[in-house]
Amino acid sequence: MALSGLVLVGFVCGHMLGNLQMFLHSDWINEYAYKLQHLPYGLLWVVRTVMLIAVVAHVITAVMLVLENHRARPEKYVARDTLQASFASRTMRYTGFILFFFIIFHLMHFTIQNVHPEFKDLEVRLEGVSGSHGSLESRTIWGVYDKLSAHGEFPESEALAVHDVYSMVAIGFSPTYWYVSVFYIISMGLLCYHLMHGISSMFQSLGLRNAIWRVRLDRIALVISLVVFVGFASIPVACLTGLIEPITPLVAVH
Amino acid sequence: MSERNISITLKVWRQKDADSAGAFETYRMESVSTSSSFLEMLDLLNEQLIEEDKDPIAFDHDCREGICGMCSLVINGIPHGKNKLQTTCQLHMRSFRDGDTITIEPYRSKPFPVTRDLVVDRTPMDTIMQAGGYVTQRIGAAQDANALPISKELADKAMDAAACIGCGACVAVCPNASAMLFTSAKVSQLNMLPQGKPEKDRRALRMVGAMDAAGFGNCTNIGECEAACPKGISLDFIARMNRDYAVASVKQFLGMVGSV
Amino acid sequence: MNLDANIPEGPIEQKWTNAKFKYKLVNPANKRKYSVIVVGSGLAGAGAAATLGELGYNVKCFCYQDSPRRAHSIAAQGGINAAKNYQNDGDSIFRLFYDTVKGGDFRSREANVYRLAEVSNNIIDQCVAQGVPFAREYGGMLDNRSFGGAQVSRTFYARGQTGQQLLLGAYHSLSRQIGLGQVKMYNRHEMLDVVLIDGVAKGIITRNLVTGKIDRWAADAVVLATGGYSTVFFLSTNAAGCNVTAAWRAHRRGAGFANPCYTQIHPTCIPQEGEHQSKLTLMSESLRNDGRVWVPKSKDVAKKVRLGEMKPSDVAEEDRDYYLERKYPSFGNLAPRDISSRAAKEACDDGRGVAPTGFGVFLDFADAINRLGKHVIEERYGNLFDMYENITGVNAYEQPMQIYPAPHYTMGGLWVDYNLMTSIPGLFAAGECNFSDHGANRLGASALMQGLADGYFVVPYAVGNYLGSEVPIGKAGKIDINDPAFAEAEDAVRSKIDKMLSIKGHSSPRSIHIELGKIMINHCGMARDADGLKEAISMIRDLRQRFWKDLKLPGSSHELNIELERAGRVADHLEFAELMCYDALDRDESCGGHFRVEHQTEEGEATRDDENFSHVSVWEFKGLDQPPQKHAEPLVFDYVKPGVRSYK
Repeated sequence: MALSGLVLVGFVCGHMLGNLQMFLHSDWINEYAYKLQHLPYGLLWVVRTVMLIAVVAHVITAVMLVLENHRARPEKYVARDTLQASFASRTMRYTGFILFFFIIFHLMHFTIQNVHPEFKDLEVRLEGVSGSHGSLESRTIWGVYDKLSAHGEFPESEALAVHDVYSMVAIGFSPTYWYVSVFYIISMGLLCYHLMHGISSMFQSLGLRNAIWRVRLDRIALVISLVVFVGFASIPVACLTGLIEPITPLVAVH
Repeated sequence: MSERNISITLKVWRQKDADSAGAFETYRMESVSTSSSFLEMLDLLNEQLIEEDKDPIAFDHDCREGICGMCSLVINGIPHGKNKLQTTCQLHMRSFRDGDTITIEPYRSKPFPVTRDLVVDRTPMDTIMQAGGYVTQRIGAAQDANALPISKELADKAMDAAACIGCGACVAVCPNASAMLFTSAKVSQLNMLPQGKPEKDRRALRMVGAMDAAGFGNCTNIGECEAACPKGISLDFIARMNRDYAVASVKQFLGMVGSV
Repeated sequence: MNLDANIPEGPIEQKWTNAKFKYKLVNPANKRKYSVIVVGSGLAGAGAAATLGELGYNVKCFCYQDSPRRAHSIAAQGGINAAKNYQNDGDSIFRLFYDTVKGGDFRSREANVYRLAEVSNNIIDQCVAQGVPFAREYGGMLDNRSFGGAQVSRTFYARGQTGQQLLLGAYHSLSRQIGLGQVKMYNRHEMLDVVLIDGVAKGIITRNLVTGKIDRWAADAVVLATGGYSTVFFLSTNAAGCNVTAAWRAHRRGAGFANPCYTQIHPTCIPQEGEHQSKLTLMSESLRNDGRVWVPKSKDVAKKVRLGEMKPSDVAEEDRDYYLERKYPSFGNLAPRDISSRAAKEACDDGRGVAPTGFGVFLDFADAINRLGKHVIEERYGNLFDMYENITGVNAYEQPMQIYPAPHYTMGGLWVDYNLMTSIPGLFAAGECNFSDHGANRLGASALMQGLADGYFVVPYAVGNYLGSEVPIGKAGKIDINDPAFAEAEDAVRSKIDKMLSIKGHSSPRSIHIELGKIMINHCGMARDADGLKEAISMIRDLRQRFWKDLKLPGSSHELNIELERAGRVADHLEFAELMCYDALDRDESCGGHFRVEHQTEEGEATRDDENFSHVSVWEFKGLDQPPQKHAEPLVFDYVKPGVRSYK
């Protein structure tokens, strides 16, 4: 539980940092997405496999935990009360359960794109992806991938048509689909709760804390959870409020 | 010592024996002195029941001063009642108000089956102890007590863990019926002291193994146990045991721990 | 009755060594063929069971609680004495021996007490090796404190939970042996009789408290470690389940009962509040190190305090009587238990008690708080102050505590020889249930010492010697539980249970126990006199008759029946109480915890009668309708000359 959780927390943090590029020029996230999709040596699938294993392991251990714990108390108390357990700690199974469906929806929404098949058609041209690494490199950090794949599969052209992730996200979260945004924001709230207990619990389960570090780690967990929430939730909020607008309107595609 | 009398209603779990089904019964008690202890109140209720030709309520108790760990009872959903750092026998009726309804249930968990009414069988805790809750040494063959200096800080910390009275409230309050706090207190006490070091890995593996085999639930680090513990045993001991167990497991995998 | 104490030859320092050398040994390969039953799992019982198991004997251990860890030894707070002299303050084995004999008011057997002092050091070593977290100094060495009026610091402690930690140490060792299969543990089993075959103890009868099943258990030797009988007073500091049954059953089977009238009343307990009360709570004696004991000088002021018309803190200094400091200037508030207890009773009998019931004196920390600061007192006694507030609802930092003496420990018990064997061959008694080491009064922090000394260091050797010399290996472990003696004992147990269940009267066992307690505390408590004791004997007989005519028990014998358990214990208390009064009546002197008002100085101090009573009174059971028969084991003092025990 703790080990798979650790992997997932790492992923969540990285994913959030990547997403926050939405607040920069659209080329940042578009190039980032393009290059993630075109990682050399099949690294994309390596990462995807690791994530899948982590999620599956997390879910299986969670289900086993719930079942075992259920068996350990076949007869429930009639009077119920709580002493110091946080709301987050008592609702891990529920937040986790909802997050599982969120992940599936999220993948269908933006990765497989079968919620909005038209997203597949969003396209934008990126200038100077390869070759001289000219203009783009000065704006994004992703030029580093070019060195990796200078002789790889990138086309030699000066400009490249790539999937317009920026607009996809902006449209996906646009006021038209406000309910999607709301679902995302709520889910991120649940994720925040889940992490609040999950991160500090992870250290406890791995035995990596003591009386001194207990409070510190609890606070660190709290800060990470809040940062993750703000980081992720800011994007749908920005799209809803018009701070982020698609560069390729969806209508143009049709 | 201002004494008052209150009237209360009790909802008590009654169960003839381990194999019978149980149910709640409701009793009314008039003029209970607020200076009496909770168990004294039950004593009086039992006298009342005998008077009415009914079976008295079976409940565990012995020292009645909060140290033997025999008393149990889940009072309004919390083992030993809601007051901090108290056992049921130390709980006094002044913690209740006139007209209160109090629900009394036995500890609920699979490893602690109900024996009768509010009495449960806690022998799995002994089994965990028998698996490794000791220092292997011969009685009568000890060196001079001061030949092994132990820092005051360490001795105090070991004492914090050793304060456990083995009442099982941690299991009873845990939403998962986990015995981690109990087990970790004993593992920690012995593993942190130099006397217990030589068999540290073996102890962690064996005691955790016995705990799992007994059918206790798993720890999800919720912390109710620490709050319900009448002796204030800290959750930090669980982290400590997790660490000892992880290290021991790796060592065992690498063949560095003998037969367990 | 054979009362040969079997004291070994030689000077007192050599006796135990000589005894051990002369003890027969059992071949290691043969040990497992011998079976030993240990009843009780406190310090003495768990210690003996674990050690015998380690040695290789086939051990069965029984306790009435749900786990051996719950025996009442666990409740001892203060500490354990040992003659380590770690403080370099002049302590020695001889001084501990001397203090214990003197503290016992010269009514104990010198050789036993010396051995106790001698092995006290091994106990500390042993406990440290087990991982008992004793208090330590910053340098890593063990810490000591002065306790219960001792003038050297020889008490080892683990916060206020020394008994708990020592018992858990013994429980660890016992658990290890149970895990290894050397000891078989039977929880929730109550011993209801000893079985004698040809006059030799060969087994016990128990009742399974969960199912009600009566079982027969055979063994080559039986060790009773079943604690004291303070619950004869109903209200005592003992656990609710403590009882005299095992010892009394052994006595009825022929074991001599020694000095039953020696009971200790602990001076610092929380006073009784009402009829509902089920037990009295002890506040550690260490409180007397900083608290000052007082009552108002005048009855009028005391009455005002009792009625709540006057706050204790408003009583002027000159109106207070710090009676312990006044009467015993050199020991002051630290005067020994029996003396402090009696002084409190005197003050209250004089109408100057301060609790609502009139039975309570103040233990005041105001001076200590002014002198040392509240934080120091909090550090030293914080948990005790919390406990006090929890029970009484009074904050003792602001108002003085109220205390009153309560029955706490019983020095009397089954008579045993030097080898802890009772007058029944093969039946041993260890810990509080024997009479061995404390004479007429026990010093603070000595009960734990005796329990562990008996359990770890005496019983295992002595039982080995008995088996090696009296039970031929060919007969080891070959006792037949179908022997008529087992059938007879089982029938007796069953018929008693059936009889109790069949009465169907009106009095609950608890109500009769409460009545017995009142008789005992009023007539055979802190102060006793001939007329009162005679009256008590007839009252006890009446009460016993009423018990057997009017008892009301719910349920049956084939189930967990808490009232049946209680009734059986009360029935035995009702028989034992009479013996206790006989002994108190017979011992026409005052000594230690036994205070006969006829025998006191003008200042109210106890006066011993060494000429006529320098002996152990050992009683033989002659049937309930017969007075018990007294035997005497003379006490010889070669090393400590009996003197007047003065604490002035």
